[in-house]
Amino acid sequence: MGDTAVHSLRKTPLHALHVELGARMVPFAGYDMPVQYPAGILTEHNHTRAQAGLFDVSHMGQARLYGVAADKAIETLVPGNIVGLALTRIRYTVFTNDQGGILDDLTIGRAGDHLMIVVNAACKEADYEHMRRGLPKGMRLEVLEDRALLALQGPAAEKVMARFAPDAAKLTFMSFASMKVAGLDCTVARSGYTGEDGFEISVPAKHAEVFARKLLAEPEVKPIGLGARDSLRLEAGLCLYGHDLDTTTTPAEGDLGWTIAKRRREEGGFPGDKIILKQLAEGPPRLRVGIKPDGRAPAREGTVVLDGKGKEIGKITSGGFGPTANGPIAMGYVARGKTSIGTQLGLVVRGSTLQAKVAPLPFVPHRYKKA
Amino acid sequence: MAERRYTKDHEWIELNGAIGTVGITNHAQEQLGDIVFVELPAGGKKLTKGGEAAVVESVKAASEVFAPVSGEVVESNPEVSKNPALVNQAAEAGGWFFKIKVANPKEVSELMDAATYKKFVETQH
Repeated sequence: MGDTAVHSLRKTPLHALHVELGARMVPFAGYDMPVQYPAGILTEHNHTRAQAGLFDVSHMGQARLYGVAADKAIETLVPGNIVGLALTRIRYTVFTNDQGGILDDLTIGRAGDHLMIVVNAACKEADYEHMRRGLPKGMRLEVLEDRALLALQGPAAEKVMARFAPDAAKLTFMSFASMKVAGLDCTVARSGYTGEDGFEISVPAKHAEVFARKLLAEPEVKPIGLGARDSLRLEAGLCLYGHDLDTTTTPAEGDLGWTIAKRRREEGGFPGDKIILKQLAEGPPRLRVGIKPDGRAPAREGTVVLDGKGKEIGKITSGGFGPTANGPIAMGYVARGKTSIGTQLGLVVRGSTLQAKVAPLPFVPHRYKKA
Repeated sequence: MAERRYTKDHEWIELNGAIGTVGITNHAQEQLGDIVFVELPAGGKKLTKGGEAAVVESVKAASEVFAPVSGEVVESNPEVSKNPALVNQAAEAGGWFFKIKVANPKEVSELMDAATYKKFVETQH
């Protein structure tokens, strides 16, 4: 680990708390972040599925977009139906480029006088620049630099949140509201990236540590690092930008057609629309699928995928061990015609070909609190 | 009890006659975190000092285990294949990886002793 790189890493408002809790800190997207606490990734993963895990996701970008018809304006950059987004609702979408590739994945929520936008840490500066340059005059992007973002995820999350904010329990999956939480002005969303029910809480940075300590003092809550966040989201079949999605993958290839509503398919009007819509109509040349190795050996990102005859047909983009799935799991891109569930695949791991099959996603059922 | 020697790659070897028992150190398993898969060399496999001998996979990543000395694998530990978490629980006892018929015992004595390895680990931080 290069010392100079470490010194230039940014810190979230919870950095000192992570260190105090004994976290192993690693560089991630320009931040010094906890990959695990002393309990370890397996225990943290299992705790989140059984109780409630607290994640620091303050490195992610939070911004508000103000302006008349901001919804119509942002639709020129994303294929999601934002005009049709109801008040308090949140939608998952992507920024696309003219080739139909994905610049980032993000969520957009509709508040009374603005759109709430949450983007990935590694892409946030580029995303802000992309919006400032791509949106018409009269739009104002307010980047929320002074807010932390905490995720409380797991079956006990609702019970815990209700102790601090009774109204939070009334939210349904992919909706949000401003409310007092433990006396602090917060924005609470019923969302997350673990496949579990849970909340993402935007809290003023200066109060973030005190608030995190209050949550951690609850018997159901333990701190969870990036390691378990990765195994949880992989089991949930959720994409990690820069791995499962990037500028070379289209939303059709990434199996994100569900994020593009009928009206947007009919009207187009987003970058790369012709390419993406053609792929959605005719089927993309390759598709992101779940991949389950037959044995116990994990197949990591970059592993070459073969068809039954030994011909290279794709690559794994996320792969590892699923503690709840109790075995190796992966996602990757495979060629058209090889994407149906149960298709026999070969994975080239350390020179040997391991047998695997195309598997349904998610590997672990989602437990969202839907309306 | 036979003396243990250690490598800079955090393997240990304990020589009993011509047979060395090899594993990874407790420090190594702490660094790796939860171990979920171990690939061990089959009996009869010839290993070269410093060459790849085994693979250990944690939840996060795969890591290579190198042969501390040259020789021929006599047996691997079926218990760690069945239960890789044993390496986390007992890296320097029941969680051994394989036994090797050592080609040149001098290669063992050249490795670090326990006190030197302890100092080496401390300098890694």
